[in-house]
Amino acid sequence: MDAGKFWIVSFIVSLIFLVLTRWLITNEYFFFAGYQVLQFIVLATAWNILGGYTGYTNFGTGAFFAVGAYSAVVLHKLTTLPVPVMMLTGGVMSGVIGFGMGYLTLRLRGVFFAIATLALAIVAQTLIVNWDYVGGSRGIYIIRPQHAPISGSYIQYLYSLMLALTWISVAIARTIERSTLGLGFNAIRDDEQAAEAGGVPTLRLKLIATTLSGALMGMSGAPLPYYVTYLDPASSFNLSYAVNSVAMPMIGGMTNWIGPIIGAVLLGTIQQLATVTISSALNLLIVGVLLIGFVVIAPNGIVGLVQTRWRARIR
Amino acid sequence: MFSLDLAVNAIVAGLLLGGFYAAVTIGVTISFGMLDIVNIAHPAFIMLGSFVAYIVNSKFSVDPILIGVVMTPVFFLIGMAVYEIYYYAFERRGEESIQGLAFFFGLLFVGEVALILVFGVDYRFVEAPYIGLSLHFGFVDLPLRMLIPFLVSLLMLAVLQAFLGRTFIGRAILAVSQDRLALQLMSANPSRVKRIAFGISIATASLAGALLIIIQPVEPSIGRDYIGRIFAICVLGGMTSFPGMLAGAVLIGIVESITSTFYGPSWAPAVAFGFLLLTLAVRPAGILGR
Repeated sequence: MDAGKFWIVSFIVSLIFLVLTRWLITNEYFFFAGYQVLQFIVLATAWNILGGYTGYTNFGTGAFFAVGAYSAVVLHKLTTLPVPVMMLTGGVMSGVIGFGMGYLTLRLRGVFFAIATLALAIVAQTLIVNWDYVGGSRGIYIIRPQHAPISGSYIQYLYSLMLALTWISVAIARTIERSTLGLGFNAIRDDEQAAEAGGVPTLRLKLIATTLSGALMGMSGAPLPYYVTYLDPASSFNLSYAVNSVAMPMIGGMTNWIGPIIGAVLLGTIQQLATVTISSALNLLIVGVLLIGFVVIAPNGIVGLVQTRWRARIR
Repeated sequence: MFSLDLAVNAIVAGLLLGGFYAAVTIGVTISFGMLDIVNIAHPAFIMLGSFVAYIVNSKFSVDPILIGVVMTPVFFLIGMAVYEIYYYAFERRGEESIQGLAFFFGLLFVGEVALILVFGVDYRFVEAPYIGLSLHFGFVDLPLRMLIPFLVSLLMLAVLQAFLGRTFIGRAILAVSQDRLALQLMSANPSRVKRIAFGISIATASLAGALLIIIQPVEPSIGRDYIGRIFAICVLGGMTSFPGMLAGAVLIGIVESITSTFYGPSWAPAVAFGFLLLTLAVRPAGILGR
């Protein structure tokens, strides 16, 4: 299937999914939980553009995500712009940060980029904690508009937006995967020196990957203030975003666009169930243990497991 | 408002803090700098060290530093076990990069969540006779709570420096960091040497954790604040040398202390990161590097 067809088909699939869920399901909790799972699909897919395709680990998902959320807070206080515009702005902000981080650290070994992103989360949090306009460490209350711009409740509106973003990011990831850009990314992942010698403009490609990945994370963070209605640094910069967005592609499989989706749906659903039935601290433990277990036992994730079985059967 | 008293006190406090940071970083200088194992889970082991010190201290009121020293063999064994898993799962397959990083990241996270599940998010502290006392030289205050960790840290640094330079195993560890292939040609087994070295790097976390809980009350997630600091110091110091690391640690300690004295403690975490980015962008070889 070529890229254009995939965009159309995935759009139709998303649209049918949207119509079906909104038509058949009346329980508000479904949309509340569904929003989270979709948000994790976006985060995992965005992470995978840099991590899975290009081979650079980003531990700063929380920072990019929260920058998107706090951009929306600033816009909310200054203007009455609709949420999709806030998502775009959040995306631009996080994209710029991704570009800056990449520009400063990507000329060195990949490890330094990983460490710098880990520290970025802490510094961005420090800045927000000290910034009283957006609530500082106390956090800030956001009052949702009374009516959603489309029919249905506000949560259903946010759910629909997140579904649209999911469609866009998955289609972008799939397009990159099958394009020369994706080939360049893979060349960098497999052997950066060889890629450089072979004429791949490595620094430029890496910057494209970090910017795009950061921008998508920022976009997925922008509706957060309206979703939770109370935003504070400790929860929006939570390390669990980073752990989840690393764990989901690793568990699903990093070489393929479907891997992050599998991982996000699986882990996202398990976490929703565990949060409701057991406790939220324990569900984070589950994610961590699954992450360690998968990287040790099945480094290519579920997709990798299926592929090996597939090949064995063909022989 | 700027005053000389305040500035001198801030610098002295920063110096003491920096000495302590050296104890926190030395494990990463060994694992990351010398062995090329990116152990971002090191803060989790330090937290474990703090909580062991807290439990034993609150039950039997033993001196925390003594606990830290006594527990080093246990941490050494834990370190060897972690390296064993890391070796078989990643290093042997040649997949150390991204999966290996995720492995340590998972360990960091699991360590933190496990400690939260057991101890909750309350701040814990230890009791020792010297906590709360301080020496006075003119207008300069030297709180023993900072001075003693500083001295213990320097002592640990000196012992490890002597160990690496004077003993056979120590020299073998330095050899691994310089040229792994050459060591193999001398018919030594690099992974065995690395296992011991990694064990030592985790063993330092036992003592560093005990020092940490003397300096400040501890709750499981503060380990995270140390990630940026530890790696900033390690990179500043040029990755492999202990004197360079000490210089980096003192530099960051002093700048952080001045920042929190004159701008407020909530800005201090940003300092280390600024240094890290600046060093990576301008001088990746570190301040004492060539």
